[in-house]
Amino acid sequence: MSLPHNYEMVIGLEVHAQVTTKSKLFSGSSTAFGSEPNTQANEIDLGMPGMLPVLNAGAVDAGIKLGLAIGADINMHSVFARKNYYYPDLPKGYQISQYDQPIVLGGKLSIDMEDGSSRTINITRMHLEEDAGKSIHDMGSGGTSFVDLNRAGVPLMEIVSEPEIRTPEEAGAYMKKLRTLLRFLEICDGDMEKGNLRCDANVSVRKIGSTELKTRCEIKNLNSIRHVMNAIQHEAERQVEIWEKGGTVDQETRLWDPDLSETRTLRSKEDAHDYRYFPDPDLLPVNLDAARIEAIKGTMPELPDALRDRFMSDYGLTPYDASLLTSEKSYVSFYTDMLKNGADPKLASNWMTVELFAVLNKSGKDLDESPISATHMGELVSLITSGKISGKIAKQVFAIMLENAEKGSVMAPSAIVEAQGLTQISDEGALKAICEKAVASNPDAVAKFKAGNDRIFGSFVGTVMKETKGQANPELVNKLLKEAIDAHA
Amino acid sequence: MSQDLLTLTATEALSKLHSKEVSSVELTQAHLSRIESRKHLNTYLTVNTEGALSAAKAADAAIAKGEVATLTGLPLGIKDLFCTNGVRTTAASKFLDNFVPAYESTVTQKLWNAGAINLGKLNMDEFAMGGSGENSGYGPSRNPWDDSRVPGGSSSGSAAAVADYQCYAATGSDTGGSIRQPAAFTGLVGIKPTYGRCSRWGMVAFASSLDQAGFLTRTVEDAALLMEVISGHDPKDSTSSPQAVPAWRESLGKLSLKGLRIGLPKEYFIEGLDPKIREIIENATRQFEGEGAIIKQISLPHTQYAPAAYYIVAPAEAASNLARYDGIRYGVRVEGKNLVETYLNSRSAGFGAEVKRRIMIGNYALSSGYYDAFYTKAMQTRTLISQDFDKAFEDVDVIFAPTAPTAAYKIGTNSADPIAMYLGDAFTIPTSLAGLPGLSINAGTVEDSGVRLPVGLQIIGPRWNEQIILQVAHAWEQLAGVTQPPFVA
Repeated sequence: MSLPHNYEMVIGLEVHAQVTTKSKLFSGSSTAFGSEPNTQANEIDLGMPGMLPVLNAGAVDAGIKLGLAIGADINMHSVFARKNYYYPDLPKGYQISQYDQPIVLGGKLSIDMEDGSSRTINITRMHLEEDAGKSIHDMGSGGTSFVDLNRAGVPLMEIVSEPEIRTPEEAGAYMKKLRTLLRFLEICDGDMEKGNLRCDANVSVRKIGSTELKTRCEIKNLNSIRHVMNAIQHEAERQVEIWEKGGTVDQETRLWDPDLSETRTLRSKEDAHDYRYFPDPDLLPVNLDAARIEAIKGTMPELPDALRDRFMSDYGLTPYDASLLTSEKSYVSFYTDMLKNGADPKLASNWMTVELFAVLNKSGKDLDESPISATHMGELVSLITSGKISGKIAKQVFAIMLENAEKGSVMAPSAIVEAQGLTQISDEGALKAICEKAVASNPDAVAKFKAGNDRIFGSFVGTVMKETKGQANPELVNKLLKEAIDAHA
Repeated sequence: MSQDLLTLTATEALSKLHSKEVSSVELTQAHLSRIESRKHLNTYLTVNTEGALSAAKAADAAIAKGEVATLTGLPLGIKDLFCTNGVRTTAASKFLDNFVPAYESTVTQKLWNAGAINLGKLNMDEFAMGGSGENSGYGPSRNPWDDSRVPGGSSSGSAAAVADYQCYAATGSDTGGSIRQPAAFTGLVGIKPTYGRCSRWGMVAFASSLDQAGFLTRTVEDAALLMEVISGHDPKDSTSSPQAVPAWRESLGKLSLKGLRIGLPKEYFIEGLDPKIREIIENATRQFEGEGAIIKQISLPHTQYAPAAYYIVAPAEAASNLARYDGIRYGVRVEGKNLVETYLNSRSAGFGAEVKRRIMIGNYALSSGYYDAFYTKAMQTRTLISQDFDKAFEDVDVIFAPTAPTAAYKIGTNSADPIAMYLGDAFTIPTSLAGLPGLSINAGTVEDSGVRLPVGLQIIGPRWNEQIILQVAHAWEQLAGVTQPPFVA
């Protein structure tokens, strides 16, 4: 999506990712989703008098992992500060967050665009902070609001990008890539519907070629990649219209309304809080040592970018397929499991991302709910690779496998091929006779073919396949048919 | 009979309890009667009559079975800053008038685990903000030496109750002198340990980087005994130290005064110090010198900046710590037309004038544009003050100073002049800012308007060396004799 009047967008994203720890950032309360309101909040989360925070070391480790994964500097000394403001879902009257000394500085994320190109977006910083609770308005009668503190104190990573993103598509790709990385590292489940990954977008516009940074607006709490992209586009268009009419954009915080497809003012700069940050005296500075970081390095999985490059060079996959297969940890393990028994890597990639994914999409399932195991998918592709069955037969076998799965039974593809007698006919002698017969019995077609109608060749193939119930080795059939036509006087 | 029981030291009472000469029920009842008959001193905000008697019965049963812990059966008073499970805890604030915690502070839990009896909750300056007890939301406590005078603060009820034989000892908390100064005003031993020695978990917070629990007792031995019980690391308080707790009580009497280097900081013997108090401190020093101690004049050059730094740092932390009192989840709620009005109404109704003053000072100091000039500067000053002490302790073993510039004054003297009140803490604040252990012990009496009033000698030690200040104070008791507050029948 582009902008009229030669404008371009300047976009920076602040992503909040919930760290998958069992307990909260500063208390022992559970972080499990979907419990009855206020059942997962203890005295600390409730901000009772005299209660003190104790830092969850697991959340710090998660921050270190992300920092290492994006090639950032890990700060050996970071500090938690208090961000002071009043709201009923903020029990202490302050949020514990990192401010001028975050745990991670710098880093970069390589984003993959639909057309196979990629761009690098620099990361400014990543810090740890606790989430606030949830205010629920308009639920009761008479304007009563409710507060659920189950979320209060849940650990978040706030990942801030440089304002280097230029299009909504890039913003979408950034979110996707970040989500992939977080899931690979198993530090955030990336579930945007549950609010476990959400995004604030800072958007401004300027004339293409300008390096000026114009007034930006922040759009808060975007909870799907589609919303991120749509909100940015509409906000940018709104700003262009203002500038073009000779107006000025006011710095403010805005909300995205997906129903009306517009952003609207949440609060203006004048209403901006003075958060009165200062180091939280209840917590010691976080001092890391090299040994801890080395230990975490040792547990890091191979990361998506490295895997993608390896899949391209080792298996000859296209950038698109390699990116797709490395977009989820589960895809990588499924795919590599498929390759264990001699399946051709490119064929395996096609079968997985085209045939299997189509089935999964249709039934709305994730890969880990696949009706067919990676081993059996791999075996099916191996049967093609070794020439035991043709691709066409493989589709028949695949259909049978799916039917079996539906009935709750499992049969290996090789067993299906055996049982149904679907083995490919590669016996040249037997096929030669069938091909010669097909040519001989249709002299008209031979004449047309020789006259230049190439497409008529398919009718010979069809005849042979009909005769062999589709089990003839197609490459061999092609070769033998050509020989037979040539031989036909 | 009752007087004999009440005027025992805690150590003596324990020895009589554990040798079954006296029962815990007898001691508890004696104290409860004493509390009842001395109500005009306004020491207890909540008397735990039933709880204390049932705990005393249980203690007697345990003693009968030979199950004796360190403090089994000993009746104590608790500053109303320590949250006590099921017993109302107000921090002397009307805001918490109806607050009954569902949890126990670590310090009090340790006391109960050791067998002590909770007689009730003691008056104080609201949220520990004050040096006279006059800032209590429940009226001032009175000094048993002269009930027209303040007992000091903020641990006003603790000091008055111990000095008036309404408990054997009482917990206090010291942020800028709140244990030592009232101990001086009532002729008691008051010890504030090194910052981090005791857990702050469950102590209603005033200024987190300064607050420390401690004890007011009638003898050094009692202080050593009780401090051993409440000290030590608590995983629930990140700022509590893993330092081992020495056997302080056993160490008493084992220090040779010969060669002990005592520093007298010239900055504490200044104009504004009552000459009669100066004379008493100098006299005490001479007696130590007579025993072979070496007296050194030292300088703590940044002392004069301590009150200014303190009255930035402590209110800044307090403003944030008290933000949780918003009327939403507990405490006072005065409904308004909307959320902001409810906040304003509740906090206006719940907090006293001094608390409001400090919240305003604190928020101002943390505001954007002022932070560096105030908070940052104050923290830098704090570092300089701390370095003054570190340097001094290279040459001396302990530092002697007056605890307060005056003896106890009449109720109402300073209440209209907050600055005069703040300067009353000038001698105790530097130790607090540096996080060092300090103790006040009665060094003699002065006469004012025909009334004898006690004067406190402040003994300051190096970090983690509570032992030496206890030993020196104990040596003073041997030299001067233990002077107990007068018992008024």
